[in-house]
Amino acid sequence: MKTTTLAPAPMPTLSHRASRWFARNLIRIYAALAFIYLFIPVAYTFAFSFNDAGKSNLIWKGFTLDNWKNPCGAPEVCSALGNSLKIGLISTILATILGTMIAFALGRYRFKGRSVINLLIFLPMATPEVVLGASLLAMFLNFRINPGMTTIIIAHVMFCISFVVVTVKARIASLDPRLEQAAMDLYANERETFRYITLPLVMPGIAGAALLSFSLSFDDFIITNFNSGTVATFPKFVYVSAARGIPAQANVIGSSMFFIALFIVVAGQIIGRRRKAR
Amino acid sequence: MAFLHATAHASAPAIDNAAKKRSLTPYFLLLPGMVWLIGFFVLPIATLASTSTMTRPDGAAVGTYVQSLRFQNYLDAFSANKDQFFRSFIYAGIATLLALAIAYPLAYMIAFKAGKMRSFLLVLVVAPFFTSFLLRTIAWTQILGDEGPVVSFLKALPFFSNDIRLTSTPFAVVSGLTYNFLPFMTLPLYASLERIDPRTLEAAGDLYANGLTTFRRVTVPLSMPGVVAGTLLTFIPAAGDYVNAYLLGNPNTRMIGNVIDSRFFAIVDYPTAAALSFTLMAAILILVTLYIRKSGTDELV
Amino acid sequence: MSNPKVSDSRGDLHLNRLTKRFADFIAVDDLSLTVPRGSFFALLGPSGCGKTTTLRMIAGLEEPTQGMISIGDTDITTAKPYRRPVNTVFQNYALFPHLTIFENIAFGLRRRGVKDVKKDVDNVLELVELGHLAERKPNQLSGGQQQRIAVARAIVNKPEVLLLDEPLGALDLKLRRQMQIELKRIQMEVGITFIHVTHDQEEAMTMADTIAVMNQGKIEQMGSPAELYESPKTAFVANFLGQSNLIKGKVNSRSGANASVNIHGIDIEVPITRMASHGDSVLIGVRPEKLNINAKSKNSIGNGTVTDASFVGVSTQYLVKTSWDEELVVFEQNDAGAPDIKVGDTVSLSWEPAHTFALDGNQDLAAGADVDHEAD
Ligand SMILES: Nc1ncnc2c1ncn2[C@@H]1O[C@H](COP(=O)(O)OP(=O)(O)OP(=O)(O)O)[C@@H](O)[C@H]1O
Ligand SMILES: [Mg+2]
Repeated sequence: MKTTTLAPAPMPTLSHRASRWFARNLIRIYAALAFIYLFIPVAYTFAFSFNDAGKSNLIWKGFTLDNWKNPCGAPEVCSALGNSLKIGLISTILATILGTMIAFALGRYRFKGRSVINLLIFLPMATPEVVLGASLLAMFLNFRINPGMTTIIIAHVMFCISFVVVTVKARIASLDPRLEQAAMDLYANERETFRYITLPLVMPGIAGAALLSFSLSFDDFIITNFNSGTVATFPKFVYVSAARGIPAQANVIGSSMFFIALFIVVAGQIIGRRRKAR
Repeated sequence: MAFLHATAHASAPAIDNAAKKRSLTPYFLLLPGMVWLIGFFVLPIATLASTSTMTRPDGAAVGTYVQSLRFQNYLDAFSANKDQFFRSFIYAGIATLLALAIAYPLAYMIAFKAGKMRSFLLVLVVAPFFTSFLLRTIAWTQILGDEGPVVSFLKALPFFSNDIRLTSTPFAVVSGLTYNFLPFMTLPLYASLERIDPRTLEAAGDLYANGLTTFRRVTVPLSMPGVVAGTLLTFIPAAGDYVNAYLLGNPNTRMIGNVIDSRFFAIVDYPTAAALSFTLMAAILILVTLYIRKSGTDELV
Repeated sequence: MSNPKVSDSRGDLHLNRLTKRFADFIAVDDLSLTVPRGSFFALLGPSGCGKTTTLRMIAGLEEPTQGMISIGDTDITTAKPYRRPVNTVFQNYALFPHLTIFENIAFGLRRRGVKDVKKDVDNVLELVELGHLAERKPNQLSGGQQQRIAVARAIVNKPEVLLLDEPLGALDLKLRRQMQIELKRIQMEVGITFIHVTHDQEEAMTMADTIAVMNQGKIEQMGSPAELYESPKTAFVANFLGQSNLIKGKVNSRSGANASVNIHGIDIEVPITRMASHGDSVLIGVRPEKLNINAKSKNSIGNGTVTDASFVGVSTQYLVKTSWDEELVVFEQNDAGAPDIKVGDTVSLSWEPAHTFALDGNQDLAAGADVDHEAD
């Protein structure tokens, strides 16, 4: 038998190996840098929530827990937050219901005028916020309606509907129609099919749409600013106080919202994964 | 527009005729939402249109306007603010390209390289939303501010002059826009990349046997709906934004949003504000239509 | 059935002049057939011939453009799917991903208002031998297990008719064979009518009592597997179900039990009972394994040249070019004493008249030969 000897492979040098590793992980490094970029201001906001700053939270003056112990210490911070939460909640519920209904109509039925409806869903998303805000205000002024809580909610529901429709419609479209047919085949009438099959399967999409609505509403400033009158929301409070210095309590609230949201989403995912694995 | 899920239809088999019925139900489902959109979107836009041609009668109180169909308002408003107009589109355009450059690799990595971390990383992309974007923008003003760490560091380096500034510059405004709309770019990109079956990439690797070619010939075309959706979701709000220009810029970086805002609130010149809003909306709609046509993703609307 | 809304019709399934048109495309064309109660019926045909559409009309998921569907004496043509004593095993199983296996199977029982579902579900799980998986979710099952659950979910309702749309298409060959036996066993046990759609001719022949061969929206021929194989009535069936050698011929005379047919100048005999055509122009058919090399059978067509020989284990497959330049396929058993035949050899071909069939001559010789056979 003949034996063949392979020429020994040249040992890669250390720098060679390092550059190979770098090339292979380039995209991960890039993504890590992007995440750092995304989170620098969040970290900064969090750090300055511990600043012993007094009225204007501009320069680091020393560490304190006072802001966290007394998040409502600064005037109006908590009432603004309360308004934002209330507006976010009501707008989310309304927009989710209205948008989901539209999504089902679009995804499950044939009817005349579909393209008009699609256009009407698309346009609010293609219109800049200043225009949405300004036009609503122009109308309210025209009808001598004083802007306030109600007008904010009206505005928020308006711009959230389109996002709900798009999200839920996508979920409905990705649903295998054979599942509903199977249910019908198994003696479920239209109503039961909807209740036991369609709705549970579309639910993650609806939940996602609601979450999206809430964050859009909670974080909206421009449209709100046009239509809020004297009502202060949290973003409006921050914007207004930016000129004369933002109290550190705003940072406390911003950071808490961040952690609460992160907690809810991650917990939701873990529960979802558990349920799947059961 | 199926912004986030532009291609979701592809996966559903085309045998759902029985499921799609003709009846009155869809109209009932559509009614409340459509009433809302007509009442609080279409009607306001119509009001805006009518306001844009109004004039203030001589001697009338501030904020009192009557309809006089003065279309000249548009020309006046535009010629007085064309710098801000062009600036808005240029800033928004640059910010969109930068966001695309940052977000594409990020979305690609999450879609194809993240393994079990996928959904967690996706949460991280959205998470900054919850710290108010105003707080984050203000954080940037402080980080990039004259007393902030970045400027101090740059000053310490020999090749920067001592009066270097980062805030109150076009650079700061564009960075702010890029930063704030990054998640709007990343999510639709991710949604379209995630739908690509890794096996198609393997198949392409088999056929082209070159990573770059596979990327150019297969990945990019397949992710096009996400690119279109992401750029629109970034460009449109960026073009109308005024918060970044206000917080991070100077009087010479004012964008059209700032003008509309101040016309409305500071100057109480509703017709000009309305004319500007309408022009902005029309310009954006024309651009968007051309763009969607050009990119061949009609399916989006 | 405990639910009064579900029709409790019993008896044979009748399709009467059923037509389904999509826009201007006719998917099912004036189709009539009767499936006897309790039989295992296979619907066989090439891709796109309208099998799924037919099933969907029986299930009520597609409305016929014309025609009537009835079970026994009850017309169910326009009944809602949930009012029919018919259940379907979908091609991709369509198990509900958010429900456990138990709840998937219990679904139909619950909808019909059955109070105590536990016993029925457990029984059917036992029947498909998957009792231990009751609490799992569908995505935690293998393909074969999912398939059995899909069957269980349907038969637990004891429907009059069970429709199976290529239920084994997604399985590998070995598992598919196993499932064929399993399905056959289940059908014998529960005794309900199975309509099994497939484009695998072997699957149809091993499982079904009756096969209907479908082509372009029409039934070409219906009968027992042996009947279809031994006496195909059209060139399509002859070629689609196994292989056939088809030779153009002219009838000389029909007298007594046999007809005399002239093929390319040679007279052969065909039993009258095996002639599907009354015309003069016919196609003579012989199955490859019925053709004999260098033997003295009655229908002899003289010498030909071997152009190809391929060894396939139990037999060898030869291509022999005849004097009129048609290539015929011949299977020779590889038993002891099999002649050593090589490419280029000259051989004589013959067969017994009883193994001949004759078809209408105005057909394409190759009809059905080049359509997809999944398990050739
Ligand atoms: N909804 C529809 N609209 C238009 N044409 C359709 C529709 N459904 C089916 N068809 C057409 O009807 C014909 C029959 O389709 P069908 O699904 O019944 O085929 P099949 O015999 O089940 O094929 P396969 O073996 O590939 O599943 C095909 O040509 C198909 O393109
Ligand atoms: Mg089919």
